[in-house]
Amino acid sequence: MKWMQYRGFYFGLSLLIIVPGIAAMVMWGFKPAIDFTGGSLAEIRVTADETGLRKLAQEEGVGVKSVQSLEDGVLVRMEPIDQAKWTQLRAKWEQSFGTVEELRFETVGPTLGRELLMKTITAVALAAGLILLYIAYRFRSMKFGICAVMAMLHDTLVLLGSFSLLGRFYGVEVDTLFVTAMLTILSFSVHDTIVVYDRIREMRKLKPKLGFEEVVNEAVTTTLSRSINNSMTIIFMLLALFLLGGATIRWFVLALLIGTISGTYSSTFTAAPLLVVWEKVVHKNKSI
Amino acid sequence: MGSVRRLLGLIIVLTLVAAAIDLPKIPYWGKTWEFKQGLDIAGGVHLALQADMSQVAEETKGEALTGAAEVVRRRVDLFGVSEAVVQTAKFNDQYRLIVELPGVQGVNEAIAILGQTASLSFREGEDFKPTALTGKDLKKATVQFDQNTGKPIVGLEFNEAGKKLFAELTRANVGKRLAIFLDELPVTIPVVQQEISDGNAVITGDFKVEEAKKLAVQLNAGALPVPIRVVEQRTVGATLGQESVRQSVEAGLVGVGVVAGFMMAYYGGLGVIAVVALVIYALLTGAVYKLIPVTLSLPGLAGLMLSVGMAVDSNILIFERFKEERRSGLSWPVAMERAFGRAFDAIKDANIATVMTALILLNPLDWQWLPTSGLVRGFAVTLILGIGMSLFTGIVVSRTLLRLFYQPRRAK
Repeated sequence: MKWMQYRGFYFGLSLLIIVPGIAAMVMWGFKPAIDFTGGSLAEIRVTADETGLRKLAQEEGVGVKSVQSLEDGVLVRMEPIDQAKWTQLRAKWEQSFGTVEELRFETVGPTLGRELLMKTITAVALAAGLILLYIAYRFRSMKFGICAVMAMLHDTLVLLGSFSLLGRFYGVEVDTLFVTAMLTILSFSVHDTIVVYDRIREMRKLKPKLGFEEVVNEAVTTTLSRSINNSMTIIFMLLALFLLGGATIRWFVLALLIGTISGTYSSTFTAAPLLVVWEKVVHKNKSI
Repeated sequence: MGSVRRLLGLIIVLTLVAAAIDLPKIPYWGKTWEFKQGLDIAGGVHLALQADMSQVAEETKGEALTGAAEVVRRRVDLFGVSEAVVQTAKFNDQYRLIVELPGVQGVNEAIAILGQTASLSFREGEDFKPTALTGKDLKKATVQFDQNTGKPIVGLEFNEAGKKLFAELTRANVGKRLAIFLDELPVTIPVVQQEISDGNAVITGDFKVEEAKKLAVQLNAGALPVPIRVVEQRTVGATLGQESVRQSVEAGLVGVGVVAGFMMAYYGGLGVIAVVALVIYALLTGAVYKLIPVTLSLPGLAGLMLSVGMAVDSNILIFERFKEERRSGLSWPVAMERAFGRAFDAIKDANIATVMTALILLNPLDWQWLPTSGLVRGFAVTLILGIGMSLFTGIVVSRTLLRLFYQPRRAK
């Protein structure tokens, strides 16, 4: 199969997903969870409406940012309050609405958020750097390292863009778990890319007379069914978790799901064609 | 063939041992191992306490934080929380304590107790009557060594006010006990030998060096009142965790079932071997989780599920390779061995890259400039263990099983 002939189409498809994602990030940004912004969050079971909850909170001097109904309970986001204040507020609610069952209560100070963000960026940069160096070393070429990291960037942008859109339209928040999912996807993306690159490496040794594009074509042909089958098993797992699993990890699982699909696509249709383009540019320059 | 049989024997023994540990209770022996449940599953409180270091000299800040952690740990013990975690964390110029209290119900009380500043006091008489001398008057406590016996002792140095008070107290109590209390509990109850007027005292006792050091740290914590306040709090009710876990475990089982069905449908006999390897993988993982023990949290469960996918991946890589080698006309056993050999390069490189990322998330050296969140770490731990065991089952187990049981067209 002459897979690489259609590389323009593959890049186009990627851009079709990534460009709206970037636009969403620029226009709307993200909906950061209290992990990043600081604040208080309470998940409770209570029979009361939003206006009632808000009104009483206001009387207690607690600023309520949002009240969201869940399948089984209510999620109240507030300005940061301490345990004592929370106990007071709960007592106040209980006076009017009867029992308020507390499922969880979280408070994060505002400085912690900035810290988490810095640490995350450091971790991502470190992981990307190490992976680039490792691949460059194993494949004896910077080209492979850089293209693999670009495919990784592709998946990161797809994931970030999707969550910017999800945040805008479904109120999905970006939290510590999302960060974990993103880092996992980085490693999955590379995991998958390495399998394709490994085949290119091997094919070049076996058939030294073949042009680079043909080598990549053959490598993609032989690894494609493995890539798809492997990703299918992971996607089955994640889909089951997303549809049937607990509510607390639903968006985390969705992030992994989006990342897995993007990672599978990018190793064959981003990482491999990028190598071909790279090779072509180098050759053109040489012939001039 | 001999070595293959030995490997098979090893695999069977390992699997049986793992299965026994996985059981709620081992038959005939009666020993049990429990899964350790994380905060988000068992319910409980996670706290980040910020230490106010504005009154503390730069070079003693680290020490003060360790002291505060020691105090908090003892308070947690007082509170009767099992499996509590107290960690120190330093980032830029922020000094913090991370406290995890699984299964705690009375959150208000817990926070009130932990948030109090450590208090040191001296008490006299049989009924430990409080005196005017407290931690405010202590300048510092240090570990010293007795010049005669060479044994470790703890030296106390008082400030001016403390010097006067201590002299009065010791004069009035010669030959009697003078107890040193930390947070309403006696740390040590030495007998006063003579009046001490220079503001220096030593606590002798049958200390080991570690004990003396610990006591000095505790006394310093009392002497250095570092105010702490709650900057982060996460309380998870037990019901939320349990429901979420039950659903997630069920979902995971469905997922594994679908994966197993897919493997058998697509790869036939080879798929069956892969599923057997997967079952062995599950048994081993369960046992390792109980033995280490790995704290099971929701992200941890997700990491586990993901590693199941990766365990299957090694098999798929090998099987696809095997099909290819067969197509190029190789005989069954040669193709099998070659598939394992060639697929190994890709498996190795791919898994090393995953382990590198997981290690950054795990942050084993506790670098404060990397994420230190317990949730992230729980995920990393399960992922790394999963990769390790998936390599074992994906390569050693399935290869051994294949060599022994799956040679349908041997004649060819």
